[in-house]
Amino acid sequence: MADRAIYVHQLFKRYKGRNGPVDAVNGLDLEVETGECFGLLGPNGAGKTTTVEILEGLNTPTSGEVEVLGRRWETDENEIRQRIGVTLQETRFPDKQTVREMVTLFRSFYHQGLNPETVLERVALESKSGAYVESLSGGQQQRLAVAIALVGDPELLFLDEPTTGLDPQSRRQLWDVIRELSGRGRTTLLTTHYMDEAERLCNRVAIVDKGKVIALGSPADLITRLGGEHIVEFAIQPTESPIEADEFAHLATVISARAEADGFALTVGKPHQAIPALLDHLAQTERTLARLTTRQVSLEDVFVSLTGRHLREEDESPSNGSIKKRWGKR
Amino acid sequence: MSSLAPLFQLYKSRLREFFRQPARIFWVYGFPLVLAVGLGLAFKSKPVEMIPVDLVESGSWNEVAKTIGTHNTKPGPSLDPRISIHSGTAEGTDNRLKTGKTPLVILAISPTQVEYRYDPTRPESVTARNAVDSILQRAAGRPDPVKTSDIVIDEPGSRYIDFLIPGLIGLNTMGGGLFGVGFLIVNFRVGKLLKRFMATPMPRRDFLLAIVGARLTFLVPDIAVLLSLGHFGFQMPIRGSLLLVVMLDVIGALAFAGIGLLIAARANNTETVSGLVNLVMLPMWLFSGVFFSAERFPDAIQPFIQALPLTQLISGLRMVILEGAGPLQIWVPLTVLTVWSVVTFVVALKIFKWS
Ligand SMILES: Nc1ncnc2c1ncn2[C@@H]1O[C@H](COP(=O)(O)OP(=O)(O)OP(=O)(O)O)[C@@H](O)[C@H]1O
Ligand SMILES: [Mg+2]
Repeated sequence: MADRAIYVHQLFKRYKGRNGPVDAVNGLDLEVETGECFGLLGPNGAGKTTTVEILEGLNTPTSGEVEVLGRRWETDENEIRQRIGVTLQETRFPDKQTVREMVTLFRSFYHQGLNPETVLERVALESKSGAYVESLSGGQQQRLAVAIALVGDPELLFLDEPTTGLDPQSRRQLWDVIRELSGRGRTTLLTTHYMDEAERLCNRVAIVDKGKVIALGSPADLITRLGGEHIVEFAIQPTESPIEADEFAHLATVISARAEADGFALTVGKPHQAIPALLDHLAQTERTLARLTTRQVSLEDVFVSLTGRHLREEDESPSNGSIKKRWGKR
Repeated sequence: MSSLAPLFQLYKSRLREFFRQPARIFWVYGFPLVLAVGLGLAFKSKPVEMIPVDLVESGSWNEVAKTIGTHNTKPGPSLDPRISIHSGTAEGTDNRLKTGKTPLVILAISPTQVEYRYDPTRPESVTARNAVDSILQRAAGRPDPVKTSDIVIDEPGSRYIDFLIPGLIGLNTMGGGLFGVGFLIVNFRVGKLLKRFMATPMPRRDFLLAIVGARLTFLVPDIAVLLSLGHFGFQMPIRGSLLLVVMLDVIGALAFAGIGLLIAARANNTETVSGLVNLVMLPMWLFSGVFFSAERFPDAIQPFIQALPLTQLISGLRMVILEGAGPLQIWVPLTVLTVWSVVTFVVALKIFKWS
């Protein structure tokens, strides 16, 4: 067995869009090791689904190299299909089939796999096994999709936004299913918009934006890479003159500052130094604090700092940022 | 697991899907039945009704009324229609003629002179005039120098219902192929289910075979329901071989499944596919001779009509069921339908979009 489950090199996908071509995937590189749970994060339209569907052999790349389980789609299609499991971002299963019938149908496509009852038990759908698909709730349909992905007992599982729309309990159930797979050495590639999910579930994540990987590493890694460990969020009583976030960027141990919906967020190294400095600064400029909280840095902050417009211009990479800034001022 | 498992499971799944949808069952079995019973009763052969005429109350109108009354009460079977009289003033009856309430106004000037007022372009007026004239002339002593005899044709096999049943079988076969294959596949595509199937090692061939196999399976009850209704309900004769009826219908079903597949090959929304299905079905509803003979259309468009698969299927079915034709006599329908099947399947599979 290859020790890397997925290998992607310089992947490009261009769609003929209605308003000119769209580069959905734009030079993406990726390696996923066997046994890993790997997360693809990115805003809407980043190219996650396109990438995953190319890996699943459902879409063809414009150019680039793709290897799945050490095989290539052009030559080993049937073998790869026997060994992978898939959930699409959305699938409408036929209304008038029961849950068990759907799972049994998909089981028949694989040389080897799991008992339909076992699979339904894993996703906690055994009580619905005789119910028509049309009578399932949205979350139950999603669990059915996962059950169907598992029924061939895949070595590599692709899950495209498997928990979108699920209630917290169903989400946790699904996380358990994925953890159990990782425990048995199976590989999972999932896309998600939930940072907490990626943080808890994934060994490594790649943040994708505009068809490229812009950050890669373990969630903890990415968080430390942001520089600080803590976020200080605060709001100020309304004042006459507008306030720029930059104003707070040079305070003690502040690594970066950004404006939020109703206040500001500072990424800081040492809250016990940053907060007094902030209070002093506010006193000097005669402004009153309306709210102040602190919390640990999360993957969410990494995501916002990497994909948010504010930081992209100045902080993405220093040289690039300064060029852009100069252009902006001209 | 044996390699037949996917095909078997897919096939079962298609059958279940159909039989669990009461609405679809109605459209496939109930609707043609209702149509057959309704049209069968509406066009049931019945004697010509009484012919209504108007009589002006002047001159010797009483004598005319008496003559017609005698004719109406003549005992024994008579093929001459009975006449019903509405009498009134000259003005009143004229008005009724102009407004189409009566086909004929009779003015009895004297016992030996009668005037008919009518519009010769209205067939029922001409019929009424001739009927009344014949009654009056005969009553006045006109001899019938030519001996005539009437033979009644109301035999099973030549009535409207006999004509209709094969037409409805054909119509059902067409609907089943276009909806059962075309719509089904496009719905799968819209719901991303087609893509989901493609993500598995499912053999594509099995997927299509299951759909076509289920279509052919549904033919059996299709044919059985309509043939039984015709045979047991309306004494329609089945003069040819039942096996040949089924065989012909199977080839017809393959042709329509092929057209359904072609329609579904690239369409990725239900609007497109319903537009295409209607585009294909409409000309056949009109021209293929379901409800009345296709030969009534002008010669100029006959080549087009004869090339339509439904025309051939229905004409073949009528030949076997009503005329007792054997396989050799229906070689034209068999050939045309086979060509349709092969060509549509080959083209559809070439251009089919699997995602
Ligand atoms: N078939 C297509 N034709 C044209 N453009 C497409 C097609 N599919 C996707 N795109 C475009 O490609 C880009 C990437 O789409 P993709 O679905 O891969 O994004 P995503 O990261 O999965 O987004 P989301 O989080 O919303 O699911 C988008 O701009 C989208 O509009
Ligand atoms: Mg997506």
